Amino acid sequence: MLAIESLAVARGGVAILEGVSFALSAGQALVLRGPNGCGKTTLLRTIAGLQPPLAGRIVAPGDVIAYGAHADGLKATLSVVENLHFWAAVYGQPARVATALAEMNLAALAHRAAMSLSAGQKRRLGLARLLVTGRPVWVLDEPTISLDAASVELFANALRAHLGTGGAALIATHIDIGLVATATLDLTAHKARAPQDGGAAGGFDEAFA
Amino acid sequence: MIALLARDLRLAVRAGGGFGLSLAFFLIVTVLVPFGVGPEGGTLARIAPGILWVGALLACLLSLDRIYALDFEDGSLDLLATAPIPMEAVVSVKALAHWLTTGLPLVLAAPVFGVLLHLPGPAFVWLVLSLGVGTPALSVLGAFGAALTVGLKRGGLLLSLLVLPLYMPTLIFGAELIARGASGGATTTPLLMLAGITAATVALVPFAAAAAIRVNLR
Amino acid sequence: MSIWEYANPKKFMQTSAWALPWVTGLAAITLVAGLVWGFFFTPEAANFGTTVKIIYIHVPSAMMAINIWVMMLVTSLIWLIRRHHVSALAAKAAAPVGLVMTLIALFTGAIWGQPMWGTWWEWDPRLTSFLILGLFYLGYIALWQAIDNPDTAADLTGVLCLVGSVFALLSRYAVNFWNQGLHQGASLSVDKQENVSDVYWYPLLLCITGFILLFIMLVLTRTRTEVRLRRLKALEARERLA
Repeated sequence: MLAIESLAVARGGVAILEGVSFALSAGQALVLRGPNGCGKTTLLRTIAGLQPPLAGRIVAPGDVIAYGAHADGLKATLSVVENLHFWAAVYGQPARVATALAEMNLAALAHRAAMSLSAGQKRRLGLARLLVTGRPVWVLDEPTISLDAASVELFANALRAHLGTGGAALIATHIDIGLVATATLDLTAHKARAPQDGGAAGGFDEAFA
Repeated sequence: MIALLARDLRLAVRAGGGFGLSLAFFLIVTVLVPFGVGPEGGTLARIAPGILWVGALLACLLSLDRIYALDFEDGSLDLLATAPIPMEAVVSVKALAHWLTTGLPLVLAAPVFGVLLHLPGPAFVWLVLSLGVGTPALSVLGAFGAALTVGLKRGGLLLSLLVLPLYMPTLIFGAELIARGASGGATTTPLLMLAGITAATVALVPFAAAAAIRVNLR
Repeated sequence: MSIWEYANPKKFMQTSAWALPWVTGLAAITLVAGLVWGFFFTPEAANFGTTVKIIYIHVPSAMMAINIWVMMLVTSLIWLIRRHHVSALAAKAAAPVGLVMTLIALFTGAIWGQPMWGTWWEWDPRLTSFLILGLFYLGYIALWQAIDNPDTAADLTGVLCLVGSVFALLSRYAVNFWNQGLHQGASLSVDKQENVSDVYWYPLLLCITGFILLFIMLVLTRTRTEVRLRRLKALEARERLA
C-alpha cells in the first residue's frame, strides 16, 4: 500500500534522516520512534507529500494517504458537525460524518462551537476528521497528544477497526497504543551522516562538492 | 470546492466585520477626501473616479493578509494541501471568497459614495462597471501576494509593498474608464484593457500563488 | 564542457576570483575615459547647453536599471528550472544595484529636467514607469530580506520576479495610455543612434560600456558575498543539528 525506499529527508535544507525504508501492507501499523527533533514530523510531512524528499522514493497509489498533523485544522467559530461536514465534502464522503461522530464519542457535542471544546475534545474531533476522509493509509503525527486514557482507548479501537477493514497506519508517537500487530521503527538508527562522510547532500551542500 | 467556498463565507460572516470593515474603511476614505481638498463640487467631481478607485484598492488591501493566515496557523492549509483539491483551486476559491466579501460590497456601495463626491450622472454606470470588472483582479493578485507572505509573522506591510505595484495597471485603466465615461469620451479601450487584465489575472495568477503556497508549506 | 559548470558554486568562486580584477580594471578605465571625454571634450549643444552632459550618467544608468531587471528575470528562471543556487544568489545580488541605478536615473533626470522643462518632476510615462520599476525592486528586495529560509526565499522571490516582470511591462503600457508625456522619445538609445551625432555618441557608448562593466563587477562581488553567506548558513544549520 505504501512503500518507502531509502528515503532521505531534509529540514531547513539540511539532511536529517537517510536510508529510511519500509513497506506497509493492508492491516499493518508501523510506529515511528525517536527523540524530539530526530525528524519524525519531517518524515511524515514528506510522505504526506508536503515537501519533496532529498533522495529515495515513496511508492503509493494516488489518493490513499490521509495526513493528521499536530494542528487539527479546526475552525473555532464552526460547530463540531460543521467542521466535519466540510472535510467530508472535501473528500467526497458526506455519509461518514455520523459514524465518525459516534466512533469518537462526539455525538453529544455535535453542535458545540469548536472554540468551546477542551484540548482533548478538539483532538478527538481532529481524529474524527481522519475517519471522514475514507483514505486507507493514515499518516499520523502524535495522534494521542492531550487525550485522556479513555480517549486513547477510543482511538485505539478506531485504529483497530481501520486496520481490520484493510487499512494501514504510520504513526509517530511516544506512548504505547496497545496494538498487537504493530511494528516499530526507531529513527535514531537513520540519522543522516554529514556529506563528507557519504551522506546525502542537501540544500547548499552540492555547492562545494 | 463549493464546500470550501461555503466554509470561507460562513467564517467571514461569523468572524464579524468580514463584510462591514472594508466597506466602513471605504466610506471613511471617501469622507476624508473632501476634508482634504475642500468641499468645492467641481474639484471633487474631477477627482472622484481616482478617489473611488484608490479607496476600493486600499479597502481591498486591508483584508488580504487574512486570506490564508488563519488557515496557516490552525493547520488547515497543510490538510488542504494533502486533500484531493488542487492547490490552484484552493487559491481560486479563496480569492473568490475574498472578492465576494470585499470586492462585491464595494462595487454595490460605490454609487452611494459617488454621490458624496459629486460624480457626474453618466459616470455612475461606468463606476459600477469599472469596479465590477476590475476588483476580481485585485482579489486574485492579493491572493498571490498573501501566498508569498503566508509564512511570515509580520507580513502585512510587506504584503502591501508587494501587491500595490501589481495593482497599478488595473487602477490606471479602471479610473480612466470612469473618467472617460464621465466626460463622454471613448470608453472601449480602457474597458477592454481592464477586462483583459482581469481575465488573464484570474486565469494565470492562481498557478503562481499555488506554487508560492507549496513552497511556504515545505 | 557545459556552461552550467559555472553554476557550481566552487567553480563560480574560482572563475569569478580570477575575472574580478580584470573586470574592475576595465570598468574603471572605460568609465573614467568615457566620463572625462563626455564632460570635457564634447561641444556644448546649441539648444541644450552644458546640462546635456548629464546624459553620460543618465542614459547608461537608465539602461542598466531595465537590463538588470531582465538579468534578474533570467537568473530567477534558471533557479526555478535548474535549481542552481548561484543563479538565485546572483539575482539577489543584482537587485540592490538595479534599485540604485533606477534612483540615479531618476535623480539625474530630475536635475536635467529642472532647467530643460522647468520642473523637477513630471508625471510623464517614462518617469512614472521608472518610479514603478523602483517600487518593484523595493518589493523584491524586501521579500528576500523577510524570509529566513534561503531556499524558500529564492523560490518565492523567483515567482515574484516572474509575475512582477509581466506587471511591470503592463504598467509601462498602461502609463503610456494614461499620459502622453513630454520626455523625448528614445532618441538616445542604441537603436536610434542616428539621432545623435557621433561627437556625443562615442563617449556615450564608452560610458554605457563602463556602466555594464561596473555592474558586472558589482554583481560578481556581491554574488561572491552571498555565496559565502549561504555557505555559512548551511554550516551553521548543520552545526545546530549535530
